[in-house]
Amino acid sequence: MFPWLTTLGLIPLVGSTAVALLPKGRDLLAKQVAFGVSLIGLLLSLLMLIDFKKNSGDLQLVESHNWIASFGIKYAVGVDGIALMLVLLTTILTPIVILASWNEAEDGRFSVKTFFALLLVLETFLVGVFAATDVFLFYVFFEAMLIPVYFLIGSFGGAQRSYAAVKFLLYSLFGGMLMLAAVIALYVISKDQLGAGTFDFTALSHLHIDAHVQRWLFLGFFIAFAIKAPLWPFHTWLPDAVSASTPGTAVLLVGLLDKVGTFGMLRYSLPLFPDAAKYFTPLIIVLSVISVIYGALLAIGQTDIKRLIAFTSISHFGFITLGIFAMTSQGQSGATLYMVNHGFSTAALFLIAGWMISRRKSSLIADFGGLQRITPVMAWTFFIAGMSALALPGLSSFVSEFLVLVGTFTRYPWAAIIATGGIILAALYVLILVQRSLHGPVTPGNENLPDLTRREKIAIAPVLAIIIFLGFFPKPILDAINPAVTHTMQVVGVTDPAPTGGK
Amino acid sequence: MNFHAPVIEYRELLPILIVLGGALLGVLVEAFLPRARRYAFQVTISLGVVVAAFIAVVRLHGTSRLAAEGSVVVDGPTLFLQGTLLLLAICGVLLIAERGLDSGGGAFTAQASALPGSEAERTALVTGMIQTEIFPLTLFALGGALLFPAAGDLVTMFIALEVLSLPLYLMSGLARRRRLLSQEAALKYFLLGAFSSAFFLYGSALIYGYAGTVSLGGIREAISASAGNDMILLMGVGLVTVGLLFKVSAIPFHAWTPDVYQGAPTPVTAFMAAITKVAAFGAILRLFYVGLGGLRWDWRPMLTGIAMVTMILGAIFALTQTDMKRMLAYSSISHAGFVLAGVTAANRAGLQGSMFYLVTYGFATIGAFAIVTLVRDSTGEATHLSQWSGLGRRSPLIASTFALFLLAFAGIPLTSGFVAKFAVFAAAYSSGSIALVVVGVLSSAVAAFFYIRVIVLMFFSEPKKDGPTVVLPPLMTTAAITFAAAVTLVLGVLPGPLLDLAKSAARFTF
Repeated sequence: MFPWLTTLGLIPLVGSTAVALLPKGRDLLAKQVAFGVSLIGLLLSLLMLIDFKKNSGDLQLVESHNWIASFGIKYAVGVDGIALMLVLLTTILTPIVILASWNEAEDGRFSVKTFFALLLVLETFLVGVFAATDVFLFYVFFEAMLIPVYFLIGSFGGAQRSYAAVKFLLYSLFGGMLMLAAVIALYVISKDQLGAGTFDFTALSHLHIDAHVQRWLFLGFFIAFAIKAPLWPFHTWLPDAVSASTPGTAVLLVGLLDKVGTFGMLRYSLPLFPDAAKYFTPLIIVLSVISVIYGALLAIGQTDIKRLIAFTSISHFGFITLGIFAMTSQGQSGATLYMVNHGFSTAALFLIAGWMISRRKSSLIADFGGLQRITPVMAWTFFIAGMSALALPGLSSFVSEFLVLVGTFTRYPWAAIIATGGIILAALYVLILVQRSLHGPVTPGNENLPDLTRREKIAIAPVLAIIIFLGFFPKPILDAINPAVTHTMQVVGVTDPAPTGGK
Repeated sequence: MNFHAPVIEYRELLPILIVLGGALLGVLVEAFLPRARRYAFQVTISLGVVVAAFIAVVRLHGTSRLAAEGSVVVDGPTLFLQGTLLLLAICGVLLIAERGLDSGGGAFTAQASALPGSEAERTALVTGMIQTEIFPLTLFALGGALLFPAAGDLVTMFIALEVLSLPLYLMSGLARRRRLLSQEAALKYFLLGAFSSAFFLYGSALIYGYAGTVSLGGIREAISASAGNDMILLMGVGLVTVGLLFKVSAIPFHAWTPDVYQGAPTPVTAFMAAITKVAAFGAILRLFYVGLGGLRWDWRPMLTGIAMVTMILGAIFALTQTDMKRMLAYSSISHAGFVLAGVTAANRAGLQGSMFYLVTYGFATIGAFAIVTLVRDSTGEATHLSQWSGLGRRSPLIASTFALFLLAFAGIPLTSGFVAKFAVFAAAYSSGSIALVVVGVLSSAVAAFFYIRVIVLMFFSEPKKDGPTVVLPPLMTTAAITFAAAVTLVLGVLPGPLLDLAKSAARFTF
């Protein structure tokens, strides 16, 4: 079979090298090449769907080659429905981000082509991290993707970029090191139980690990993922990183990179350590609920648009973890759908906010106001993006939030009820933001702001279209996710609680 | 009484003999050739000898036997480490031979005997009478290093240790600039080194008292027969260990390292940091795995503790450094802890992992110090950290290469350091040292902080106005750096072949 996933990962890497090798000063060409390469990636990822069987929960499009034989490490990739959705999210968002970030890299520390080369390298690593089925390979991508992001934040971001980049890197590295210890332990256990060490995800999920050891290993993985996700109280790097990075970087960071955390919980933490996962579930549910409420409350209090969006993401990641650890099929399907939807809705928010900020040269909410009258297109698109963030029915986030809450309620009613409060708070932070920045009298200094350019409209249109389309018709995605979720639940050994209603 | 003529296996000893022969030839060149022609001869001899010795090692591949009446063991680990040492020595000799960087020609003083600041020194500088004794010294040190991991008894091990160390003491004192600092470093290194040699000798004597033999195989048998006084044995082991741990600069025997690494001429630092550690760990592995294999329940807790302390404190001390060479020195200390973690596994995986780690460490270290020689201002190398700010702006290629070495030190995936860390930790974990692995990964996180701090400095800080210039690297330095960088990258992406080689080599003969 055609090596879809490897090709998909290699295209941006080759493109990145090409961009990096372009002569100095050919910025426009660099942008065009980067955009073209990312479009080829998108096209290929859509073609890939032909070979993907929707009804199966197994890993598909599998490739496997020996890499480091003496440790049993393989270059092994493959996707189930969950991973496929995140790979698609990556290939869709990358060209959009490249198009939207056309003029973002001009005042960076490094040349413009470096910015686009780094974006493409990041795409390679993201495809790799979602597609890897060898735990070692996953770890390699998991750590390696920090490097391009580190340089994207540190070289092209705002005032606090160095600080934010280092903070981001150190948090992630710390988590990564804990995970490394757990990965090593898994390898040794597999060597003891299977005779030869392996990192194959499926083989590892069949190990019988002592309950006590499982808890430690679970924590090693989980803390790494919780930092990445980020879950309260591991979240403090995110607002700094986001407010220091360019909008394009922020989209990739929050929309894709952070998804590796929640994806990892679903893909690795649960099936590899089912008993420990059940043991820690109450704790994680509590942390998730705290994230939902805490993120929302802090979002309300923000004066800076980018920080506000960062805190809404913390709240949304709370919902996603809640759905994953509710251990019900609605919860996990909802969480996966939420990952996709959140990717698009944050992309819309960050990109439009980025355009607003670059026009106004300020990221303070107070500096905006009355944009509805001056820049109607920008205002309306921002409004739709905001509505999607508060999960308005008819927009995609609503479906996923609803599924997560329903899935959680059947097992943890109290958690669902408190988390529902998060929706009300979401209405508050979005509406306050919308009202202050878009409506009301025109704040002095805003009179001559230009509306969205054609390039910006082209970049944002597909995102909004997807948000609305998935709001009405999430079925294609859910159809692909559900078998994978069922499979995961089987491996973990949980079933949906029997319905108790009807009395 | 019959006289038993010793049998010398010249073929097996060829690598060592070639290098030592080359060193002697170098002495003759220094004595008899006119000054103007010495440099070219010395460089040719040194490089030729190292390459020839490497070919000899390759041809011995698969050999596994005792040589020279059992005092030299030529087996997998010996050949693996000798090959590593010789490849590292090629880079080292290239750096030492470099004369295109310093305006005065070379990193070494024209006349070591001339007092700093004296008339004689000035004369030597003005007339350009540059001595080239550094080359035979390098070869002598290398010869000792080749013998060190091959030593089959404690006396040979001691001789190898001294042949390795004595030239290094001298070489540390040969810096052209900051000569007092360099001479102070040499003196410190010599005094402490002599002290640790005494420890080693005394320990050997005690072990001899216990086992009645100095051969490692004999000691092994004596321990398994468990005859004699255990107290004497344990004291002997402790003292010998001190001598060896001093050489690899494990904490608490590390105090000389930062001063010597800083004071020595940087090419010598590069050579010494890589070579000494590889050779001394070779000796440690042989001593503990072969001679003291039966005693592992006694030495493992000791080495585990030292490994933990070395990893953690090495990383923490490195955090506080403001000088690039000192920071790299502490980083090298911390790496000694990581290799020790592999040593404590006391199984084949541990041997394989430690040997692989030594290769990755050696090349990254030589490469990193080589780059330090390139960043200069009017007074010589600019080693203060603040002088490196903005380097990534002015010479992106040099800074990126340096960043690659730092990332390898930090153990970031896709560099050699990551695979190496994984190998030693997996070995340590499989032998049950879970705490060691946890301490190891945590100290990796601490260590990552200061490596990243340098990267931040190079790439994200504004260049200073009167900052140092980065010299366009001349040919030999370029070759050394390129080779080290290529090894670091290739071993990160495709470590399979070397890991397999290390695995097949990981079997001691005794």
